Amino acid sequence: MLAYLKKLEKLINSELSSKIQSSLIENNELLIEINENDLIQVVQFLKSDEKFKFRQLIDIAGVDYPDEERRFRLVYLFLSHENNNRLKLSIKFEINQVIDSITKIFPSANWMEREVFDMYGIKFKNHPDLRRILTDYGFKGHPLRKDFPLTGFNEVRYSEKEKKVIYEPVKLEQNYRNFDFESPWEGTEYLKNVKKMEKDGKKN
Amino acid sequence: MVKKTKSLNLNFGPQHPAAHGVLRLILELDGEVVEKADPHIGLLHRGTEKLIEQKTYTQALPYFDRLDYVAPMNQEHAFALAAEKLLKIEVPIRAKYIRVIFCEIGRILSHILNVTTQALDVGALTPSLWGFEERETLMTFYERASGSRLHANYFRTGGVHQDIPLKLIEDIEKFCKSFPKIIDDLEGLLTDNRIFKQRNVEIGIVKKQEALDHSFSGVMLRGSGVPWDLRRSQPYEIYNELDFKIPIGKNGDCYDRYLCRIQEMRESVKIILQCIERLPKGPVKSIDGKISPPSRDDLKQSMEALIHHFKLFTEGYRVPKGDVYTAVEAPKGEFGVYLISDGSNKPYRCKIRAPGFSHLQAMDYLIRGHMLADVPAVLGSLDIVFGEVDR
Repeated sequence: MLAYLKKLEKLINSELSSKIQSSLIENNELLIEINENDLIQVVQFLKSDEKFKFRQLIDIAGVDYPDEERRFRLVYLFLSHENNNRLKLSIKFEINQVIDSITKIFPSANWMEREVFDMYGIKFKNHPDLRRILTDYGFKGHPLRKDFPLTGFNEVRYSEKEKKVIYEPVKLEQNYRNFDFESPWEGTEYLKNVKKMEKDGKKN
Repeated sequence: MVKKTKSLNLNFGPQHPAAHGVLRLILELDGEVVEKADPHIGLLHRGTEKLIEQKTYTQALPYFDRLDYVAPMNQEHAFALAAEKLLKIEVPIRAKYIRVIFCEIGRILSHILNVTTQALDVGALTPSLWGFEERETLMTFYERASGSRLHANYFRTGGVHQDIPLKLIEDIEKFCKSFPKIIDDLEGLLTDNRIFKQRNVEIGIVKKQEALDHSFSGVMLRGSGVPWDLRRSQPYEIYNELDFKIPIGKNGDCYDRYLCRIQEMRESVKIILQCIERLPKGPVKSIDGKISPPSRDDLKQSMEALIHHFKLFTEGYRVPKGDVYTAVEAPKGEFGVYLISDGSNKPYRCKIRAPGFSHLQAMDYLIRGHMLADVPAVLGSLDIVFGEVDR
């Protein structure tokens, strides 16, 4: 399996040499990074070329890295039935960039891109119908971004008084607790801060 | 004079018994012919992927039961495999067999539900009454292994939670001996039934190429004549040692998909029987104390076990950096988990690939030109469960 993947990696690198930024085999999977502007050409090539035949798009996964300049990453997962192998194609780009839609090549990308748009707010060029898909009608924000709170902003309930479903800001009895397990033997983050303050205080 | 006609917009659902859950399907009708279908999904969206990012790996697992809730353990399996791949740990052989037994039970659970409710949608009541009795038996097996009928939370990274009792294996074997008779009975009611055939033959035809383009998997793909099953082509656990057949359809219509499901149930029974026959003895979870919790006995005796227990149930285990995609052949198709770990005790990102999502997407293509009455038949044969579509 691994030998085969290495052969595939070599083959892709030689066929698409100018467009591949990096390739990596890890955990028996091949990951290829390309420039976001080459997306359409590379996907078209991978699908139609006789050697690769990646005829099925399995999924599109968005990932958010809020601390990096190129904040978003899209991972396209492909499957080739003929050759019985998989490929991960990854692009990285900045927050306001518009990405080419691949719905022309894979019709099934339609909802997958809609989901990415809904969850991350990434826009796609030439998408036939870029609407929200999973969230509520009239929803604001993009829930899978790392800066979106787990509890959300609005909650919904049936109001007996108004006899209809109403939206109101989230009220929590207790704040969401996110425990810090990074170094349990040295105390949690706030204890470290307290210790540091004490130390600084003694110095002054 | 030309008579002007106006197309009619019809809301199918979200409260409709044949919509198999909370699907709002907006149909554009010309008389009784469907011109366009626009599925609105997300009414059961619970933000599973977001929640998983906040939980440790052990805590994330139960969310998978709640995706496709008619075959919970198959989903857990995909996540467990993903975490194991990142951790690079081996699963004991007995655990592999137990996992396969319960995955195949899940497949039967799901297919019974689908076949009988599809029959219900096209007008046959009896199959669902017979089928659900068997589902009940199967869910008792779930309960006896995991303690709960539906949301099992039984698989763990590195194995399964507990060993199964001896009597349970006997009872599963007994069930496997008697169940083919029930499939025969169901087939007797449906396979040659005139009404059932009229409603399903040549309805919702999917061609081979279109099935590939629309990212179909599982029965939807096999019904159209593509011989593809992950259990055979990319075997995981012990599937490569087992003897089973993969039923393939010919015409790609609702009826062929029904036949595939019936055959798959028979194959599942065969797989379970083989597993029971070979079931080896041994541990049922990884013996690595950093990943699987110690036994109750050890807790009373060993300080190390106590520390491990405390660490595992507070911090959990850390998973090395990296990203993996693992897929299993769930009853509905390829169920995959794309997991990104940043080296901490929580997944950085967990994308869930649900087969139903792609299948429902093709609804417009499948139903265009069909009659309104065919909508439930097509929807039924897509095998949609909203838990996994909406996530």
